[in-house]
Amino acid sequence: MATIAMPQTGQIKQPGRITMVLRYLRRNPSLAIGLLILLALIAFTVIGLLTVNPKNAYPLAVRSKQPPSAQYPLGTDFFGRDMLTAMVVGIWQTALIGVLAGAIGTLIGVVLGFTSAYFGGPIDSGVKGICQILTPIPVLLIQVVIASSIDKRSVTIYTMALIVVMLAWMGPTLVIRSQVLTMKERQFVSVAKLSGVGNLGIIFGEIMPNLLPFIVSAFVVQTFGAVFAAFYLSVLGLGPLREPLLGNIIWAAQNQGAFFNGWWWWPVWPALALMLILGALALIIMGLDEFANPRVRRSE
Amino acid sequence: MSVRFVFQRLLFLVMVIWAASTITFFIPRISTRNPIRERFAELARNGGFSPADMDKIVAAMSSKFGLDKPLLEQYIDYMSGIARLDLGVSLNKYPKTVWVLIMESLPWTIGLLFTATILSFIIGNLLGAIAAWPRAPNWLRGFATPFVLLQGMPPVLLGVLLLFFVGFRMKLLPLGGAYSIGIQPSWSLSFALDMLKHQILPALALIFGSVGGWALSMRGMGITIQGEDYVNFAEHKGLSDVTIFRDYYMRNALLPQVTGFALAMGGLITSGLIVEGIFGLPGVGSVLNDAIRSNDFMVIYGIVLFIIIAVAVLMVAVELLYPLIDPRIRNTN
Repeated sequence: MATIAMPQTGQIKQPGRITMVLRYLRRNPSLAIGLLILLALIAFTVIGLLTVNPKNAYPLAVRSKQPPSAQYPLGTDFFGRDMLTAMVVGIWQTALIGVLAGAIGTLIGVVLGFTSAYFGGPIDSGVKGICQILTPIPVLLIQVVIASSIDKRSVTIYTMALIVVMLAWMGPTLVIRSQVLTMKERQFVSVAKLSGVGNLGIIFGEIMPNLLPFIVSAFVVQTFGAVFAAFYLSVLGLGPLREPLLGNIIWAAQNQGAFFNGWWWWPVWPALALMLILGALALIIMGLDEFANPRVRRSE
Repeated sequence: MSVRFVFQRLLFLVMVIWAASTITFFIPRISTRNPIRERFAELARNGGFSPADMDKIVAAMSSKFGLDKPLLEQYIDYMSGIARLDLGVSLNKYPKTVWVLIMESLPWTIGLLFTATILSFIIGNLLGAIAAWPRAPNWLRGFATPFVLLQGMPPVLLGVLLLFFVGFRMKLLPLGGAYSIGIQPSWSLSFALDMLKHQILPALALIFGSVGGWALSMRGMGITIQGEDYVNFAEHKGLSDVTIFRDYYMRNALLPQVTGFALAMGGLITSGLIVEGIFGLPGVGSVLNDAIRSNDFMVIYGIVLFIIIAVAVLMVAVELLYPLIDPRIRNTN
């Protein structure tokens, strides 16, 4: 009996998982840089939340209108908030809104996209029709109406996330829907169907794993959109006014004529922080596009 | 372009307007806030009349605005009002109508948005096309990169940073407002220059915010078009680079960009309104800002509806004008 020579172990050293991930990141610089900025922001927030006193992010906590100094590295604002603490709490709250709204929106998108594309028929035309009518409407303006109809005292970080997500599920729905439409015609799905796998089995066992990169990418896109929308609402003065949400700070600073009065540090830090957050997310989205679409994936 | 297509687009327009106005009708009515009561509570707080009569006043005002009628009747009134361009009256600047408030501020908004949008569309597409054009000099091709990095940023943030660097640090341009304090609006050159100077930073913020997006998609289009036979043919005919770039390459790559333009309109206009608010320019954005600050609900809802309708109309207009630039569509049927 002929024996097949087994490859000797140790001859070809397979690099470990982490090395593989790092190697991929080297080929995908936008993903790498995006993740790096995001990690730095997370580190800033986590270390910040552990070291600073969150109370200093609220009015009348410290001396007002102090320029950046050793005691207040980022200065203090007109209302007596320490800007460093406000940044820590503000970035944390922005992240909370983004992740919450991103997760809920993606979840709605996945559920609607799957049911609409997989089962087709009237459900599909209904979902598609609603998405098509709602998409051209500048959603932010509807959010302005919703946010201004809510009693100002009951606006919190969580209601902000809900307002933002209420009209922002169309994007992921359409993306997932189109992907499921192409996926469900593939041969492996037909094979599974013929072997008697049920609908749920096909959705979760066959289609879902293949769509994971798209779902992750939809989540990041959704988070970007949520941070963006929450910023626009709060910079219009529709956010939870007491909280040091980044948009709120810019709104308050412009209301008090920060630049005219020379308090440049007041609006500049939140603007920089938001640019970093949105920039990191945008880079990750670009990198994930490449990851989800292997045809454009760069080889080493 | 078939009659059917025009009809379809117009039907779509009506659907969008109907959906938007239905939403702006029902949301405030589900809400527990009563704008009229809040307004009078505010007046009562500042003195002026006794709060005891409040219920009577609110009831009288509600019936004056027709808010005590059955919901269906209110809905029909509201919809027919929109058809007649009647968006209600301002609670704060009564008896000024919302329509008049919008019309007073609209020229400012159109001036800023039109300039910024057209400029960023032209610059972005040129940069993107050059970035994908293999025979363009290298230094020119890299020009688009910094803008691509800014792509998708809210223009307001760029506005704040521009205010800081250009306005505050270098003291080159004013920090906000439509014209300098102490100057009377007049039809003179110095006033016009002063006004223009105040428009530069907001316009730059809007342009920087959107150039990258156009450049990125144009670059993608340009790369696809390079492989096309007609471009190769034009090259082999020995046409000059400029002719190929302009008539064969740009002209075809621009077509999908125009569709993208129609889709981007909503975002551009919203960003414009917010930039106006932050820079304190007297446009629709500032009216919206003031209305939000003073709880003038009728103005908020009116502006929102007006902008949504404007965006939908502009979108359909771009789609209907599309055949003018694309002969392929013009000639079918």
